[in-house]
Amino acid sequence: MNVAVAKTGKGRAVSDLFTSAEGRLPGSPAITAVRREAFETYERLGLPHRRIEEWKYTDLRALVGEVLPLAAAPDAAALKRAAEAVKAHAIAGASKLVLVDGVFVANLSDVKALVAEAGFKTLREVLEKDAGLLKTASTDAMIALNAAMATDGVVLEIADGAKLSAPIQLIHIATSASASAFTRSQVAVGKGVHATIVETFVAAGAKAYQVNDAVIITVADEADVAHIRLMDDAPDAVNVSSHFVTVGANVKFSFFNMTTGAAVSRLQGFITLAGENSELSANGVNLLQKTEHGDTTLVVDHAVPNCVSREIFRAVIDDRAHSVFQGRIIVRPDAQKTDGKMMTRALLLSDEAEADNKPELEIFADDVSCGHGATAGALDDSLLFYLKARGLPEKQAQALLIQAFVGEAIEQIADEALREHVIGIAERWLERRQ
Amino acid sequence: MALLEVKDLKVRVEEREILHGLTLTVNEGEIHAIMGPNGSGKSTLSHVIAGKPGYEVTDGQILFRGEDLLEMSPDMRAAKGVFLAFQYPVEIPGVATMNFLRTALNAQRKARGEDEFSTPDFLKKVREVSKSLNIPQDMLKRGVNVGFSGGEKKRNEVLQMALFEPSLCILDEMDSGLDIDALRIAADGVNALHSPKRAMVVITHYQRLLNYIVPDIVHVMSKGRVVKSGGKELALELEASGYAQFEDAA
Repeated sequence: MNVAVAKTGKGRAVSDLFTSAEGRLPGSPAITAVRREAFETYERLGLPHRRIEEWKYTDLRALVGEVLPLAAAPDAAALKRAAEAVKAHAIAGASKLVLVDGVFVANLSDVKALVAEAGFKTLREVLEKDAGLLKTASTDAMIALNAAMATDGVVLEIADGAKLSAPIQLIHIATSASASAFTRSQVAVGKGVHATIVETFVAAGAKAYQVNDAVIITVADEADVAHIRLMDDAPDAVNVSSHFVTVGANVKFSFFNMTTGAAVSRLQGFITLAGENSELSANGVNLLQKTEHGDTTLVVDHAVPNCVSREIFRAVIDDRAHSVFQGRIIVRPDAQKTDGKMMTRALLLSDEAEADNKPELEIFADDVSCGHGATAGALDDSLLFYLKARGLPEKQAQALLIQAFVGEAIEQIADEALREHVIGIAERWLERRQ
Repeated sequence: MALLEVKDLKVRVEEREILHGLTLTVNEGEIHAIMGPNGSGKSTLSHVIAGKPGYEVTDGQILFRGEDLLEMSPDMRAAKGVFLAFQYPVEIPGVATMNFLRTALNAQRKARGEDEFSTPDFLKKVREVSKSLNIPQDMLKRGVNVGFSGGEKKRNEVLQMALFEPSLCILDEMDSGLDIDALRIAADGVNALHSPKRAMVVITHYQRLLNYIVPDIVHVMSKGRVVKSGGKELALELEASGYAQFEDAA
């Protein structure tokens, strides 16, 4: 393998990572070549660092240092722990797809229903024939690494006109300590489809692990899709996830992300509005404590005229945690009548908490309405005193105000049961800081 | 034992002394009015009793049923039965009034070692009280005080007073920002809550409010002290002759 010299001492370990994993990576010889190429891209770039503009606030060389070896396939004990985690985190009534340490587990999943309803296959199956899924138009090192190393994932093809009876929940469970899981999934949503897709990231006894996930979503015309991602990984884990979403015409696409776990995390979403008269709602909440670092980066690309995008982001940052929000709205030259708005607010609960907000508008059309706002501040003392004077102890008063603060983003989830599920996770986060 | 005893209280805000040795005793069932010009320290007194941060007590004591109130956190004071009706109740967007009322009531009950209210019992109680105060149910679904008129905010304070059943109610400039009708509704609510076990301390700049809430004892404050106390006729005397006569006395 023609590998350039790694950029850091720690980066060098990565080539062993690939060679030692290669035998376990699914795909035909043609696909192996695609993986090698992706891996070479990664090796050339190394872990992203602060001199790379997009990663300025999330220097993975400093924060993570090295990529851990591929997790072993889960054994019986790991699967037992995973089964318990599924019970604890499953959304009532949802059809489940479960990935444990990067491996799809059929007997924890609702395979039959999803084959019928959503054309379900595993990534492993798809890669036997087609390498297309490993290709993404991106020069990002972590995405290249994901293409090189992805062991499994789910591939859904929801037929035109399908009205899914229940949400589809993709549950990622980590059971293995000091190891990495690489997953890649694709969801192709047909014309006029109504669907809700939830992703959940949790640990089942695992510590100090790393997750690198990629999701590719295409939404055909007239569809109505809600996509909710709930990342509640172990407090010492690393989670780097990348989304690529392409939205057709007359679509309603609503995305919500909540980060309540992981020592270091980054969600980077690239959403392209490629059909006219579509509405995008992309919202997020970061709840961070201790020394956690959580980065939400959203790039919304208005490629055609007459689309609306709304982004509401809230960060609650305690102790010495660090929240990053980067929101870029691109309006292409012929994307006239674009209406794009982005509002980000950070709530700092301690003097040492840190928030970086980086809104960017790149507007190349002249008849558009775009705006953004960003604020950062502490809890309002006068509100706190009012609540305390009514009998609420300090922490409970804070919790009520924090819930109200993140509420505006959570309220964007239309489904009441899902909203309650999300509020439940936020409440558990609040209990952890009592 | 007196319900509230303020003894020779001295309070500073930053470097400035606002209360210079204030003494006040309130017994169960009494209605006290504290009157005085702007800057005499009336609101400071109410804030210090409720435990608002930013005030430094340099001397004196506040006892509530003989217990040292200054040692207690604001929420503990509330649980013990101290209620401050704010001059300017704050707006809390995103916290539904109903959720707030229930959380507060149950927090107080929990602090006193009592059982929390069940949802049906709580709803029944809120409905009764809000009806008597002419508070529409949809107001309770909105964020706390968000978009409420001045009168609605004050009625919401009275609603809380009725729900929490405190033994000492301090009404800080309840009349500010209210027209005469709103004032009457709020005052009627307060009067309905007066009982032999519950004392009221009405802080006001104007005599007007005392036409609706009739005090047993009137105190005149000036320059951080109580300079005169008397019956309800003292309020009328003040209305006629103003506060100037007391400025020198202070």
